[in-house]
Amino acid sequence: MAQIELSGIERVFKLGDSEVHALHELSVSIERGEYVAVMGPSGSGKSTLLNLLGLLDRPNAGTYRLEGRDVTTLSPDEQAEVRRTRIGFVFQSFHLVPRLTAAENIALPLMLAGIAPAERHARVAQALKDFGLETRASHRPDELSGGQRQRVAIARATIMRPAVILADEPTGNLDRSTGQDVTHLLEELNASGVTLIVVTHDPVMGGRARRRLMMEDGRLLQDVREPTPA
Amino acid sequence: MTPADTLRFATRAATGYPLRTALMVLAMSIGVAAVVVLTALGDGARRYVVNEFSALGSNLVIVLPGRTATGGLGLGNLITSTPRDLTVRDAEALLRAPLVNRMAPLSVGNSEIAWGGRLREAMVVGTSGDYVDIRAFHMAEGSFLPREDLGRASAVAVLGTKVREELFGGEPAIGRMVRVGDRRLRVIGVLGKTGQGLGMNTDELVFVPVATAQAMFNTNNLFRIIVEARSREAIGPAKQQLEHIMRLRREGELDVTLITQDAVLGTFDRILGALTMAVAGIAAISLAVAGILVMNVMLVAVTQRTAEIGLLKALGATGHNIRLAFLTEAALLSLAGAITGFALGHLGAWGLRIAFPVLPAWPPDWAVFAGIGTALATGILFGVMPARRAARLDPVQALSRR
Ligand SMILES: Nc1ncnc2c1ncn2[C@@H]1O[C@H](COP(=O)(O)OP(=O)(O)OP(=O)(O)O)[C@@H](O)[C@H]1O
Ligand SMILES: [Mg+2]
Repeated sequence: MAQIELSGIERVFKLGDSEVHALHELSVSIERGEYVAVMGPSGSGKSTLLNLLGLLDRPNAGTYRLEGRDVTTLSPDEQAEVRRTRIGFVFQSFHLVPRLTAAENIALPLMLAGIAPAERHARVAQALKDFGLETRASHRPDELSGGQRQRVAIARATIMRPAVILADEPTGNLDRSTGQDVTHLLEELNASGVTLIVVTHDPVMGGRARRRLMMEDGRLLQDVREPTPA
Repeated sequence: MTPADTLRFATRAATGYPLRTALMVLAMSIGVAAVVVLTALGDGARRYVVNEFSALGSNLVIVLPGRTATGGLGLGNLITSTPRDLTVRDAEALLRAPLVNRMAPLSVGNSEIAWGGRLREAMVVGTSGDYVDIRAFHMAEGSFLPREDLGRASAVAVLGTKVREELFGGEPAIGRMVRVGDRRLRVIGVLGKTGQGLGMNTDELVFVPVATAQAMFNTNNLFRIIVEARSREAIGPAKQQLEHIMRLRREGELDVTLITQDAVLGTFDRILGALTMAVAGIAAISLAVAGILVMNVMLVAVTQRTAEIGLLKALGATGHNIRLAFLTEAALLSLAGAITGFALGHLGAWGLRIAFPVLPAWPPDWAVFAGIGTALATGILFGVMPARRAARLDPVQALSRR
């Protein structure tokens, strides 16, 4: 059984009279621990797909089974729990809470999960160490560089030890070398067994993935399994 | 999310935007402070009047010339027209009522009192010997006016402490001859310190026999007659007996007003109580306005923090978590406003007491609770809508807003 199974997914946005098929007849399955790059031109439905996978959005038709469970029919609170425990998000624009320190930002998912402060501190301290942020623990986002911010965001995405990490253009706001650092970081996480799904425009990053989903107009155009050298 | 975490998160959110928070706390605190100060003023006035009247003595029925249609204490009988004079003969007749214990006529006028080259203005009260007992005054020196025929204009005077001090200083006063108006009177007593009572400070009065006062001011009528009933329960029946006597003396027509202390007190109590309530109501409106402000500020906060709300949802926050966080934030802001307003209000009341020492300007407990309660209730009530809006935000749209 695949970890993620999408079949016949439709996502239609209604804009006045016209309809936009952001996703159309999409069926794909992804195994545990895979490293998948989602690529395609702007407006092809990559972000829509990722939001759907992360249960931030619901399809108009089709089924989504995560770890064998049909998650499209779950109640909002049940979906929130799945997000909290199974999924980690990394965004292009980091999405750190500006008034909270790096450590507090990383601790947010633990706080939402109601984990006791003592354990929270221990886990955040470990995460800060793992991501080389020990000296930045009490800095606020505006006192961090872009690369550091994204590292905080990744630490936050992994603090709950999710099964899947969803990253929407995680290097989009970073320069080349910091972008590479972040890519390596995500790949290391993938190497430890977490499923990694990355939306990217960068052919270099896409090329590093062992599997690429090429999208166009809401359809899956190509599903390339073998890594091709860039 | 544990309640402690929700509280901490909301606190961080509130302190994270200091200007906004300060403005809101200010708005809320002005409302609460207004309630506290205004009710302190209103209730202070009420207590002041009640104290003044209580100082008068107990079981009293006051007879004054003129009649008001209502019979109670309307504003009208504070300034009554005088159809027929109230005389010493009337006063004496009132003593015939079986339930009446004692009686003192009052004739009042302004004059000057002089001794040994010292001179001062003084209010002269003509009365009888029973007045001291009715008012429960005690004597500092000598004795009060003699109990004698009310028609006798004895040339004696009893001084209030302040008059005595200003006139005689450390020298003995008893037995000295003072000049009051155009008369020479012998000082036979000095009253102990009494303080305020009915707006007249007894310490500044000069008491003389009623006939002496009437001769001095060249009048036959009395200002008031104070009658003491045998007991508290006897006040009502005694009042009827007095009315009966007065009717007999006036060919069946009742042209005097009898007021009991209870009625006076009750009326003032009601008037000033209502005033306090009205003032509290006005202040409460300012609290409601502050509540609407809370709502708007929270709505702005939701808009400002849309991306944050989207993020929290992506991290697995439930709608309940988010609703609670925003509601807690609104409650915290209101609470801070209420506490600040409570402190400001007490400061204001303290200022009032400094400025008007006679006014016991303490805010009543009910007003303090009502003020703080209303602040919290409006804050939370008006916080519900923004919190629900936050909880309902679509996470994808929220995240795409930056
Ligand atoms: N909330 C929405 N309302 C209406 N149309 C939408 C909405 N979200 C996405 N779309 C449309 O759906 C299509 C897919 O959008 P999506 O954001 O998934 O594209 P994308 O592949 O992520 O593009 P990009 O590379 O520019 O991020 C686009 O045509 C977009 O206009
Ligand atoms: Mg996109």
